[in-house]
Amino acid sequence: MNAGSGQRSDGSGSTFAMPAMIAALSLIGLVGALVGDGVFDLLSWVALGSVVGTIAWAVSKPRK
Amino acid sequence: MKRSTLKAWFLVHKWTSLVCTLFLLLLFATGLPLIFWEEIAHATGAEPEAEPVPAGTSRANVDRLIEKALSRYPGDVPLFFGWDEHAPLVYVNMGARPDTPPPEMHTVILHEYTGEVLPAPQFNEGVMFFIYRLHTDAFVGLAGTLFLGAMTLLFVIAIVSGVVLYAPFMRKLRFGTLRTGRSRRLAWLDLHNLLGIVTVAWALVVGLTGAINTLAKPLEQTWQARQLGELADRYRGAPRPTRFSSLDAAIAKAQAAEPEMKPAYVSFPGTGYSGDHHYGVFMHGNTPISERIYKPVLVDVQTGELTAQPELPLYMSVLLLSQPLHFGDYGGLPLKVLWALLDLITILVLISGLYLWAKRGSTEVRLAELESGSVEPALETEH
Repeated sequence: MNAGSGQRSDGSGSTFAMPAMIAALSLIGLVGALVGDGVFDLLSWVALGSVVGTIAWAVSKPRK
Repeated sequence: MKRSTLKAWFLVHKWTSLVCTLFLLLLFATGLPLIFWEEIAHATGAEPEAEPVPAGTSRANVDRLIEKALSRYPGDVPLFFGWDEHAPLVYVNMGARPDTPPPEMHTVILHEYTGEVLPAPQFNEGVMFFIYRLHTDAFVGLAGTLFLGAMTLLFVIAIVSGVVLYAPFMRKLRFGTLRTGRSRRLAWLDLHNLLGIVTVAWALVVGLTGAINTLAKPLEQTWQARQLGELADRYRGAPRPTRFSSLDAAIAKAQAAEPEMKPAYVSFPGTGYSGDHHYGVFMHGNTPISERIYKPVLVDVQTGELTAQPELPLYMSVLLLSQPLHFGDYGGLPLKVLWALLDLITILVLISGLYLWAKRGSTEVRLAELESGSVEPALETEH
């Protein structure tokens, strides 16, 4: 049984490093399009798009 | 984290989730088509398509437009007049009484320039209205709305407690860990954690702004009673006006008072939005924020004179700003698509949560699982 896949042994990075970044991106995405149009809309799409993209990355990455 | 603390958070997460999940499933399922209400209305032909503005013509006189609309519903009084944001169209909402509630209003849509009456979808009919009612009050009025608001607050507590439980479980695990090769339950648990933590900020914002929106009616009533009440004092004892001066002139007056803004809609006396003696001309700006923060200009319906330009109180601004953040309708179609994806992901979080509860073991087993992140294979032998 390989219980080690995905296991963090070196203690690098806190549990909330990625979640905090994703939350920050979400807020940028939410507020961005509210501030203005055009480039602000684009910023929103990229920021929120990358939040959704994180899930695609996690689901598609090779698993042992 | 101490075992007892962990246990408390676990129980908070479990029970707040269990109580609200079915209602939240209803809200996220009905919310999905509502994101695309405008697109659906256009695609199904429910939304009138405006002819382009004929060259060399100017806007029709607003008073004539209202007369024309009223002739369609004899006996009605005008309640609201407003401009379409995206097309040269205007709408007139009418009803039997000045305080007719929205579900009983009649709507006439006219071309702003030619004055042609277009086939108008009545807001209060059709599949989308049915979905809208399910989403906003489940057909039981204000009590239903406030109940859904309370469920949404439980949802917020469930999210916060979920984040707290995420910490011990993920202590030894990399972000994005999905262990699909062991038990089915563990795969669902990893998925629940991943989808939940990724959508946490979006879900909190949509949940909190949704809860604020459930207070729309009480907040509007408070605002009307306070701000318009002050104004009403000046008119105490004055009979309700029966003859109204020109609305076209009143709009021009409001436009002159706020040259940087444009009118969004007008409320007639008695609708609750501008007292019994005024037209309320609600002006707004051009940016996504200033478009939603209205500035009312009150014009006396008898004299046609500008009476007041009250500032919206802070709670009304918060309410108006929380609407786009809940609807996701402020950044074009791509934002709506992302909103829909996040909605669907949240539905998966709710369903996986239900699955994990159905496959429950004892609380002690669950706590051990949370503390270990299910890293030790020994934990797989559950009873």
